[in-house]
Amino acid sequence: MFRLEPRGERSTFWTYGSPVLAVLLTILTMGAIFAVMGAPPVTAIETFLISPITSVAGLSALAVRAAPLIIIGVGLAFCYRANVWNIGGDGQFTLGAIAGGGLALLFPNEAFWWFYPVVLVTGILGGMAWAAIVAALKLRFNANEILTSLMLVYIAQLVLVWLVTGPWRDPHGFGFPQSAMFSAGATTPMIFSGTTIHLGCLLAPLLAIVLWQVMARSVLGFQLRVVGQAPRAARYAGFSNARLTWIALLVSGGLSGLAGIIEVTGPVGQLTTSITPGYGFTAVIVAFLGRLHPVGVIFAGLLLALSYLGGDAAQINLNLPNAITGIFQGVLLFYLLGADILILYRLKRVNPAAPVTENS
Amino acid sequence: MDSTTPPPTAAPASDPLLILRGIVKQFPGCLANDHVDLTVGRHEIHALLGENGAGKSTLVKIIYGVMKPDAGTITWDGKIVTIANPAQARALGIGMVFQHFSLFEALTVAENIALGLNNPEDRVGLYDRIVDISTRYGLPLDPKRAVHDLSVGERQRIEIVRCLLQNPKLLIMDEPTSVLTPQEVQKLFGTLRRLAAEGCSILYISHKLEEIRALCERATIMRLGKVTAHCIPSEKTARELAELMISAKLKTQNFGARAVSSHAPRLVLDRLTIRSNQPFGTDLKDISFAVAPGEILGIAGIAGNGQTELMEALSGEIPAGSPKNILLDGIEIGHEGPMARRKRGCCALPEERNGHGAVGGMTLSENGFLSANMRGALQRLGLINRKRTRAFAAGVIERFDVRTTGPEAEARSLSGGNLQKFLIGREVVQQPSVLILSQPTWGVDAGAAAAIYEALVALAKGGTAIVIISQDLDEILMLCDRIAVIAAGRISPPVKVMDATIEQIGLLMGGSRHQEPEHVPA
Amino acid sequence: MDLFYITSFVLSIISASTPLLLAASGELITERSGTLNLGVEGMMLIGAIAGFATAHDTGSALLGVLAAAAAGIAISLIFAVLTQTFLANQIAAGLALTIFGHGFAALLGAGYVGIAAPTLPKLAFPLLSKIPFFGPVLFNQNILIYFSFAILACISWFLRKTHAGLILRAVGDNHDAAHAMGYAVLKIRYGAIAFGGGMAGIAGAYLSLYYSPLWSQDLASGRGWIALALVVFSAWRPYWLLAGAYLFGGITYLSLYLQGLGVLIPAPLISALPYFGTIIVLVLISRDRRRTRLNQPACLGKSFHAVV
Repeated sequence: MFRLEPRGERSTFWTYGSPVLAVLLTILTMGAIFAVMGAPPVTAIETFLISPITSVAGLSALAVRAAPLIIIGVGLAFCYRANVWNIGGDGQFTLGAIAGGGLALLFPNEAFWWFYPVVLVTGILGGMAWAAIVAALKLRFNANEILTSLMLVYIAQLVLVWLVTGPWRDPHGFGFPQSAMFSAGATTPMIFSGTTIHLGCLLAPLLAIVLWQVMARSVLGFQLRVVGQAPRAARYAGFSNARLTWIALLVSGGLSGLAGIIEVTGPVGQLTTSITPGYGFTAVIVAFLGRLHPVGVIFAGLLLALSYLGGDAAQINLNLPNAITGIFQGVLLFYLLGADILILYRLKRVNPAAPVTENS
Repeated sequence: MDSTTPPPTAAPASDPLLILRGIVKQFPGCLANDHVDLTVGRHEIHALLGENGAGKSTLVKIIYGVMKPDAGTITWDGKIVTIANPAQARALGIGMVFQHFSLFEALTVAENIALGLNNPEDRVGLYDRIVDISTRYGLPLDPKRAVHDLSVGERQRIEIVRCLLQNPKLLIMDEPTSVLTPQEVQKLFGTLRRLAAEGCSILYISHKLEEIRALCERATIMRLGKVTAHCIPSEKTARELAELMISAKLKTQNFGARAVSSHAPRLVLDRLTIRSNQPFGTDLKDISFAVAPGEILGIAGIAGNGQTELMEALSGEIPAGSPKNILLDGIEIGHEGPMARRKRGCCALPEERNGHGAVGGMTLSENGFLSANMRGALQRLGLINRKRTRAFAAGVIERFDVRTTGPEAEARSLSGGNLQKFLIGREVVQQPSVLILSQPTWGVDAGAAAAIYEALVALAKGGTAIVIISQDLDEILMLCDRIAVIAAGRISPPVKVMDATIEQIGLLMGGSRHQEPEHVPA
Repeated sequence: MDLFYITSFVLSIISASTPLLLAASGELITERSGTLNLGVEGMMLIGAIAGFATAHDTGSALLGVLAAAAAGIAISLIFAVLTQTFLANQIAAGLALTIFGHGFAALLGAGYVGIAAPTLPKLAFPLLSKIPFFGPVLFNQNILIYFSFAILACISWFLRKTHAGLILRAVGDNHDAAHAMGYAVLKIRYGAIAFGGGMAGIAGAYLSLYYSPLWSQDLASGRGWIALALVVFSAWRPYWLLAGAYLFGGITYLSLYLQGLGVLIPAPLISALPYFGTIIVLVLISRDRRRTRLNQPACLGKSFHAVV
């Protein structure tokens, strides 16, 4: 019989140890699931987690998958620090893609060097606008941001469907629900020729480092952390909750929008009905796994990007459904949340037989 | 009560109701009960006396089955028992009224009482029995009302009635009078004496010496988890009891009269009226007073009469209706938020340390930055100046003798008294022109309290106007120059402490409720 | 409009409202105990596939419903262990449950795409079901529709009239006080979470075995989240939940009806109607902060760790 006993303060060891423990337990669990599904566990895990990144092409695919996860994830980490639960990253991602992509479609022949940056900024603004709805409803009407941001995901998705099946459908696209391809002037530049690594893969870690510095060194970052940990203390100190909520949502919305526009002007190349395999939701796990710390988010983003590649690899090589990816992500988050108790509590063995002894 | 119980015996110790032997309870980093012995006789009102943190609450929680002792025996009614949970304690005939009431705000009086009755047959005809018991013992209650509408005194009555409905043999009362007016205290004592006469023993926990001398037949005194004495309180002076209770020899704290300056007041409240920001809060009505440089004004009152709102109105957390409502050195600041007020020199520290005055999960450096970032010049161009922030916290730790590993220790790792020293120090070091404190020594040990008082008096001597909102009347009488009483969101005109009588203050604390004047112990 | 249209209109609304009502009834109990489980969507999906697979493999839709309830309970217990025993953040754990539910349901359902399973039977009362309008609406319905009403009445009675219901409310209002009085806060919450899981599972089975009786990964399409919003809308009162669920059933029907009509508004935008509706309802109901705070279980979303 074990009992949880408060440590009194955070354990530094387990702050970093618990994600590692969670990853290990997840791998063991995945092995068991593979075994149940009739796949040899060791081979399956090797296929799932190692084989995708044993080539340059694999590594560059990993970077491409990780870029949106990291960009959304750092934004969410920033937001969750302030105790604002934006889980509508997918919606803001979609709106970023729609806003920036719409601009790119509007000027299909624009070739000036500044056109691409303008498209990116429009994408950021699109994501911000979608998150601004959440902020306004929360602050003005006290509406729960979890539910509103989530509803806006569904609405954004349906708006995208409408656009690519209606007004923005490519007239030469044989009736497929997709827009025209973006022009060269509105395409995410490649960084290394011969690979798929694009500008976003470079931006992602840079943005993480910038937000890390903001979080750790700036007064704004301090205020966000206080409002998240102890809202009454923030009021006492005179930090405006409304202002910080706006900032948190606009930053995370803007970053999700940026991820969206980079994704559609990069790897996707056009607007379609399926521009995101749930990046916005996976980024929630990325944020938690990364300890809501921007640098942690980089590692977590890479790991979860690997889970997408692994899912594809398992489907192709082992004939397993790629839903394995979702299970991996869910199980990982379960273990992480469970293991996190070790940060503030320690396990103590107790003997249930004799809680009261005779006079000692 | 059961009318068949025999009359009180002369020697209660000969056939005791409850005997505790060698109770030990260890918490991480704190030995709360160190081989504690306690004997409660039948029909006896027994005091358990000790400072905050002496281990009294832990001991009674063990008796009531909320906590399990690590070692020791409990003998109840002649038999050794293990009390696994409160339901079992109640089945044995033990009732308890908690210091922080265990009431459910959203439920009605009757529902709250029903939750304390384990046997379904006890809940039959509950309404009538509540009314019956409450009238019999002078504890009027309406069973249908929701708890969140009730006053603190009424809430306590719910707890008492809940216990009495089960015909307890032992009633444990944990600090019952901290929320009552002196007049209400007298009524409660009447009820308790009557209960004891009818055969119910009472274990009465308090740190108020005069109360215990007035009420209790025998006393057990605890200090730092150990029993220091068993005695008959009426045979001891308050001072002797205090010395048994407090670790250091009681220092006579006499700060002497300070010359109250005739200068213009530093802080003026002019008909301040605000609505509470809490669902069950108290609105403030027409609050006016002025505090001179060097003066300490005490605001007494029973919890829940608008103290929280007054604190937040003064700190700037709730802005006043008009700028003119609050003047700081003649400047209108009613509309300003906490940051602007602090910049001008109006600092504040609320009652609740964890999560309000400090962030438990942040370091002392960061907690210093929380309130001193402006006046301590700890930030530059939107960035935290880490070096200065660290130095600021280290300075406070040093000057106020805060026991900790250093500025990078998390606030929650400090004991209550040490954290409070740090927080008061944080405000004092900023040299404010006005300082507002709520319950500055709540849950703080005597040594830390003395250090806090000294720092405040020194600050006042330097010309700072200080307002202390406190439920501890002794603290106000000892420390303050003038006293005002807050009741139902209104404040009485301040009077000089030396001119005030306990009876007068007690009546004011009761607000507009009419109470017949009764004898009050000095 | 003649009686036939009115009847079919009412029947459509009932059939669209029931899954929301079932899931939200369970979540209402969970939240009344002071626990916020955001994983309703995930639990519904797990219930949907468990029900569908069982019904397909055994040929009995009723066994499917039972399996769905069991699966919902099982999966909700993961949430219970994380949040109650391991004191994890309830928001994060609920999200994890939804993400896991999506993945796990897709995995289990991989072999069931595009095949049929037995659907839930209707319970026709002899003679009574022949009455025009009232017959089909009241006396010839799918059993889960009767069940949804019965369980709601039970919940209302349980909360208002029984001692156990009083204890549940007390735990949600002040878990420290409940603990001090000797109530087993964690056990009660485990029970409430499991009930919520079971009801979400049944709601899932309703979807996969009756409402759109084919397995698809998008079966729940946000209904779990709408159910969560409904609990807020109801201010944690059972009969308001009924009103809310039927309001949303009406909106869902309206969006289908408008699409069928081929009005000027494009179909995808009409499909967004229930989600818009959810936001609007949340805004209207949350506007009064004081009222929300009065009704909301005071311990909602807070972890409880007893010092023993």
